[in-house]
Amino acid sequence: MFVAFTALTVSIPLFLPLTIGVVAGDTIAGEASLGTLRALLIAPAGRLRLLIVKYVGALAFAAAATGVIVLAGVGVGALLFPVGRVTLLSGDTVDAGGFAARAALLALYVVLSLSGLCAIGLFISTLTTIPVGAMAATVVVAGASQIADALPQLDAIHAWLPTHYWFGFGDLLRDPLVWDSFGVNGWLQLGYVVVFGGLAIWRFLTKDALS
Amino acid sequence: MSGTVAPADAAIRTRGLGKRFGRQRAVADLDLEVPRGAVFGFLGPNGSGKTTTIRMLLGLARPSSGDIHVLGEPMPHALRSVLPRVGALVEGPSIYPFLSGRANLHRLDAADPGSAARSRPARVDGALERVGLTAAAGKRAGAYSLGMKQRLGLAAALLAPRELLVLDEPTNGLDPQGTREVRGLIRSLAADGTTVFVSSHLLAEIEQVCTHAAVMRAGRLVAQGSLDDLRRAARARIVVRTPDAADAATVLGIHRITAAIAGDSITGELPEEAVVEDLVRALVEAGVRVRGVSVEGDSLEDRFVALTGEGFDVAG
Repeated sequence: MFVAFTALTVSIPLFLPLTIGVVAGDTIAGEASLGTLRALLIAPAGRLRLLIVKYVGALAFAAAATGVIVLAGVGVGALLFPVGRVTLLSGDTVDAGGFAARAALLALYVVLSLSGLCAIGLFISTLTTIPVGAMAATVVVAGASQIADALPQLDAIHAWLPTHYWFGFGDLLRDPLVWDSFGVNGWLQLGYVVVFGGLAIWRFLTKDALS
Repeated sequence: MSGTVAPADAAIRTRGLGKRFGRQRAVADLDLEVPRGAVFGFLGPNGSGKTTTIRMLLGLARPSSGDIHVLGEPMPHALRSVLPRVGALVEGPSIYPFLSGRANLHRLDAADPGSAARSRPARVDGALERVGLTAAAGKRAGAYSLGMKQRLGLAAALLAPRELLVLDEPTNGLDPQGTREVRGLIRSLAADGTTVFVSSHLLAEIEQVCTHAAVMRAGRLVAQGSLDDLRRAARARIVVRTPDAADAATVLGIHRITAAIAGDSITGELPEEAVVEDLVRALVEAGVRVRGVSVEGDSLEDRFVALTGEGFDVAG
């Protein structure tokens, strides 16, 4: 259990945002740079439909990446350490079933955390035809947000940063379950999805596909 | 110029179409009229606004002014109902280099929510065969030559029966054999009743298949109509080769032809009512020793050059 937990903790600040940045940044800009965007639009794929499919694709990637980390962590943990009842942060223990449920919740929490970043990446991707630029910009957003979150002088905006609750999943490892961070993170991410998803839609629907 | 047609009868009809990029006017005041069933040649030098116009016709770019009707419906408003009936190849092929030719077509076809998944394999194979790519269909498209990519792009435009085909420079990168095949393809499509809108900067490539043509220059339409109309509008010149150039000029002057003398040849614009045979007789009767007479500049090619200007300068 704690190998998976630790693996996530290590991956969240850098590796997951990095891969999400690559995938989300590539969504539209990648098609544009290949010249396939115009073919898709002429097909006609429908601009809104294309955008939604691309976002779902990025989310699916986030889920797959998180799933791989959790499963690999559980697998490696089972190999290296004795398997038995799992002790939670609150000191209680759960059996294998409860543990599986917690692991799934953990993965869900991380995917939820990344959904906002996916939307930001999608929006940035509609701004350019150079996928590398969109990828880098998305990763920079994630990094800058975490740095800002660490500066006490910026305390006022901390709660609004997309990365602020990324490590809140510790709450899911207590008994009874504490849902606070799940809820507040959900609202925050939803906000980011709505704002940047909306911006992406607005931008993409009015954009001239010139590449 | 062709007469005005009601929007429903025209495959493409634009009124006052314009597009600006910042301060740059890419297209201005474009009134295109493409009758149904025509093979319409859209000509103009590089940078004259052809591709920009095509992008607007297909809803890829938004016009800055004017309106567009494609297949009788307003664009880009009716994009969803119009585009499935339109096949297009815009500015070179769009391919995923890591997929095979066949997989590329499958993916593009799947992108259209209205296309039937069940008939997809048959339609993809049919399109591949039509452009002669069947043998290479399993190869990675990234390994294709430019001509093969162009063929793949054409195949994408032929995935479904279309009412209108918009082909932007379809012969780019093709060998002479491929160019002939494309012409044959356009002919056979037109014979099926498909309207074909084909752009090119090379008149010779499409002159043989077109029924109508329009010529762009620096974002504006300078000529439009059936090919016969355009040919008729082309002014012919008479060139007389003679040692008595000065006398010949006098004779031609009597026939209201202003001639320019260059060494032992003399050139003048031929009025419509003039008959070359009579001019030759007049010259000979006046004692001009004629070494040769020719009529030049009545080909569409010369007309095209006259309309678009000679030289390599790309219109800024």
